Amino acid sequence: MENNVVLTMRGITMTFPGVKALDNVDFTLRKGEIHALMGENGAGKSTLIKCLTGINDFEAGEIRVDGVDHPVKNRSTMDAQKIGISTVYQEVNLCPNLTVAENLFIGREPMTALRTIDRRKMVKQADELVKRLDIKVDVTQNLENYSLAIQQMIAIARAVDMDCKVLILDEPTSSLDDSEVEKLFKLMNQLKDNGVGIIFVTHFLEQVYAVCDRITVLRNGTLVGEYPIADLPRVKLVAAMMGKDFDDLAAIKPEGFTYDADAPLEISARGLSHKGTIKPFDLDIHKGEVIGLTGLLGSGRSELARSIYGADKAQTGTLKVGGKDAKIKEPIDAMHLGMGMLPDDRKAEGIIGDLSVRENIILALQAKRGMFKQLSRAKQEELADKYIEMLQIKTASRETPIKQLSGGNQQKAIIGRWLATDPDFLILDEPTRGIDVGTKTEIQKLIIKLAGEGKSVMFISSEIEEMLRTCNRMAVLRDGQKVGELDGELTQERVMAAIAGGDSK
Amino acid sequence: MKKPANALKERRQINSNTLLLLITIALFFVMYIAGMIAYSSKGFTTVQTLCNLFLNNAALICVACGMTVVMLTGGIDISVGSLVALDCMVLCYGMANWNLSAPAAVLLVIVIGVVMGVVQGFLIGYLEIQPFIVSMAGMFFARGMVSVISTNQLSITADINQAFYNFANLRITFPFGATVNRQGVAIYPYIRLGVVIAILVLIVTFLILRYTKFGRGLYAVGGSEQSAAMMGLNVKRTKMMAYVTCSILTTIGGICFCMNGLMASTTTADGFEMDAISSAVIGGTLLTGGVGNVIGSFFGVLINGTINALVQTDGRLASSWPNILTAALLCVFIVLQSIFAKIKEKSK
Repeated sequence: MENNVVLTMRGITMTFPGVKALDNVDFTLRKGEIHALMGENGAGKSTLIKCLTGINDFEAGEIRVDGVDHPVKNRSTMDAQKIGISTVYQEVNLCPNLTVAENLFIGREPMTALRTIDRRKMVKQADELVKRLDIKVDVTQNLENYSLAIQQMIAIARAVDMDCKVLILDEPTSSLDDSEVEKLFKLMNQLKDNGVGIIFVTHFLEQVYAVCDRITVLRNGTLVGEYPIADLPRVKLVAAMMGKDFDDLAAIKPEGFTYDADAPLEISARGLSHKGTIKPFDLDIHKGEVIGLTGLLGSGRSELARSIYGADKAQTGTLKVGGKDAKIKEPIDAMHLGMGMLPDDRKAEGIIGDLSVRENIILALQAKRGMFKQLSRAKQEELADKYIEMLQIKTASRETPIKQLSGGNQQKAIIGRWLATDPDFLILDEPTRGIDVGTKTEIQKLIIKLAGEGKSVMFISSEIEEMLRTCNRMAVLRDGQKVGELDGELTQERVMAAIAGGDSK
Repeated sequence: MKKPANALKERRQINSNTLLLLITIALFFVMYIAGMIAYSSKGFTTVQTLCNLFLNNAALICVACGMTVVMLTGGIDISVGSLVALDCMVLCYGMANWNLSAPAAVLLVIVIGVVMGVVQGFLIGYLEIQPFIVSMAGMFFARGMVSVISTNQLSITADINQAFYNFANLRITFPFGATVNRQGVAIYPYIRLGVVIAILVLIVTFLILRYTKFGRGLYAVGGSEQSAAMMGLNVKRTKMMAYVTCSILTTIGGICFCMNGLMASTTTADGFEMDAISSAVIGGTLLTGGVGNVIGSFFGVLINGTINALVQTDGRLASSWPNILTAALLCVFIVLQSIFAKIKEKSK
C-alpha cells in the first residue's frame, strides 16, 4: 500500500438489473483527510459506499484496506466494521431509550468477572470517550434527551471508538441546523487530526468547501475525477457533476419576468392567522406569479402556506380565491378551489412509500374527484406516463414502489401528482431539499414554466439563491409574522437585510 | 445561551419514566393504607393480610416478570394464562395418574415451558410472524391440551403426593405481627414457599434486565430493531430468547399457582394473561417496547391484588368490581403515559 493511503478501490463495477450502476470506478482515501464524494442523484455515490460496506456485492474490481494484506470483500456492515470501516447514516441508528453510554458500548460492554455488565466501568469509559471528542453530554442520560446533532455525534463516537480507520458520513448534515453543523465539522476536523480518513457524502456544496480536502466526482456511475479542493471551484464542481456548463444554473429566469401588479388576483388573504404558528397576515398573489416566502427556519414560512391551504385551519381573516370568497376548512376544500400543496416533509407527508409511482401520481386527482369516481386504469397509466415523461422521473417502471426511487425522483413524482390536478395555485414547500443540483434546476425551470402558463406558484426554500433565480416577488417572515414584501430588483443583500430586520433599505 | 433551558428540559425528561414508576408505587401504598383505614375492623390492618396479598399473587408476579421481558422487545405473549393452566393440569394429573414423583412432574412442566417458548420464539423471532397471532395459537393449543389431559377438576392431596403436598403447604412463619384469636392463641403471620420463589424470580429478572447483555439487548431491540441490528446485536435470537424466558418464568409461575391452589381444571388461570399484561402496563411498561422494568410490574401486580383484596374484604361489592377498577386504572395509566410522551415530544 502507498504511503498514507488507508483505502483504495480500483475498477469497481456493478450492475443492477438493466442499469450499470458503477462502471470501473476508482477511489482513494488517505489518512487524515476529509474526502467529499459528490455526484447527482443516481450518480452512484450510495452504490459505491454500499460496495465498500458490504451491503452491495460488486462484480469486478478490488478494494484494499490498510492493514489487511489481501483484497477485501465485505459481506455485511459487521465485516466492514471489523476491518475498521464504519458508517454513520443520515438517520441515526442508535436506540433512543438507552443511555448514551449504553449506545456507545452495546454489543461490546465491559464485563465483570461474573459475566455481567460492568456499568460503572462502562460509564467511565463512555465519559472518557465523549470528553476526548469534546462532546458535551451526560453519558448516563437517555439518548432521546439529546438533539439530533448530538445523537449523530454519539453515533460517530461509537464508530470512531471501534478502532475505525475509514469513517463514512452519509448525508449527516441534512437534518442539522447551522450551529449543529459547525459542531459536527469541529468533530470531523478533530478526527482528521487523529488520522482517520473520512468520506463525506453531502448535497450541500458550501459544506464541502468548508471542511473537505479533496473531492471525487461521479456521474452516471463513472468516475469524473479526483481533485484537491483548491483546484475545483464551486462552478467547476457543479459543471463536473452535471456534465454541462454552468450557465444553466445562472439564468433560468427569462427576460421581463418581473412582478406585474396589474395582473388579476388569484389569492387574496386578509388577516389570516393560525394560533401559535402564524400571526394575522395580508397577502395578494397574482395570476402567473411566483411568490417566494423567505425567512429563517421556523419563521412561519410553511405555517403561512399551511393556513392558506387549510392544512392548519385559519382561525381569523378572510380569503378570496380567484376573486370569490372562499371557506377552507380542510385541504380537500383548497383542492376543489384549484390549489395544490407539496409539503416540506416528503417522507411523512408526501410520498406513500409502498405504493407505486403511478398510484402516487394519481393520488391527489383521485382524492379531488372523490372515492366513487374512480379513474380508469387506462387513464391512470396515461397520466403516470405523461408525468414520468414530462418530469423525466427516473424509475424502472410506473409500477415501481416509489420508495425505491431516489429522493429527487420521488419529489418529481409528487410534483407530478399536483400537476395532474391542474392547479391554479401551487404551493411548493422546500421542493428542492436534499436533491441534486441537476434536478433542482429542472424543478426551478418547471416553476417558471408554470408561471408562464398563468398559474400562480408559492415557492418556499431555505436557499436564497434559488429563490432569487425563480421568484418575481418575495414575502418576508420573521418570528411567525409577515414583515414585508420585496419586488423589483431582488438581490441577496436586500433579502438578507429584510430577513434580519432593523433598518433594511 | 440555550444551555440552561436544555439542561432543565433534560432533567424533566429523564424523570418521566421514573415518575410513572413512582406514581405506581405511591398508588399501591395509598390504596393499601386507605384499605387499612376503611376496613380496619375487618382485619385489613394485620400483617397476614399483606402476606396473603403475596400468597395469592406469587404466580402472577412470576408471569408478569415474563410478560415484561417480551413486552420490552415490543412483543406480547397471550399464551401465558393457558400455559399456567397446562402446568397445573400436568402436575395434578401427572402425579395422580402417571405416578410421577414431584421433581419429575416439575421437570416435565419446565420442559413443556421451554418447548412452548422455543417454538413461539422461533416463529416470532426468526419467521417474523406477529407475536399476537403466534401466542394466540399457543394460547388455544395449551388450553386445548388441558382438556385433552382431563376435563375433570383434579386436586393434589397428601395421598396423591406427600412430598409435593408438604412442600406446597410448608409455612414460613414470621416471629412478629401476631394476631390473637378468640381462644387467646397468638397466630403468627406466614407465607409459603411460592412467595419466596416469586421474590427470587423478581430479583433474578431484575438483575438479568439490568446487568446482562441479553437484558440490555431486549431494551435495544424494543427501542429500535433496526438500530439494534446495525449495532451488531442478534435481533432474531434476542427476540426468541425473550419468549423462551417468558415461558420459563410463566412455568415457574404455574408451579407457584399449583402450589397455592393444589388443583387444576379447564378454567384454571382463565384470563391470567390479561392480568399479567395489565400489571406490566400499570407498572410503566410500554406496549411499544423499550421502556419498563420488573419492579414496576411487581407493583402493578400488587395493585391488582390489592383491588381484589379490598373488594373481597368489603364483601358487599359484586365480584365484577375488581375488573372495573382495573379498567379504570389502566385508562389512567395509559393516558398518563401518553401525556408524558407528548410533553417529551413538545420539549424537544
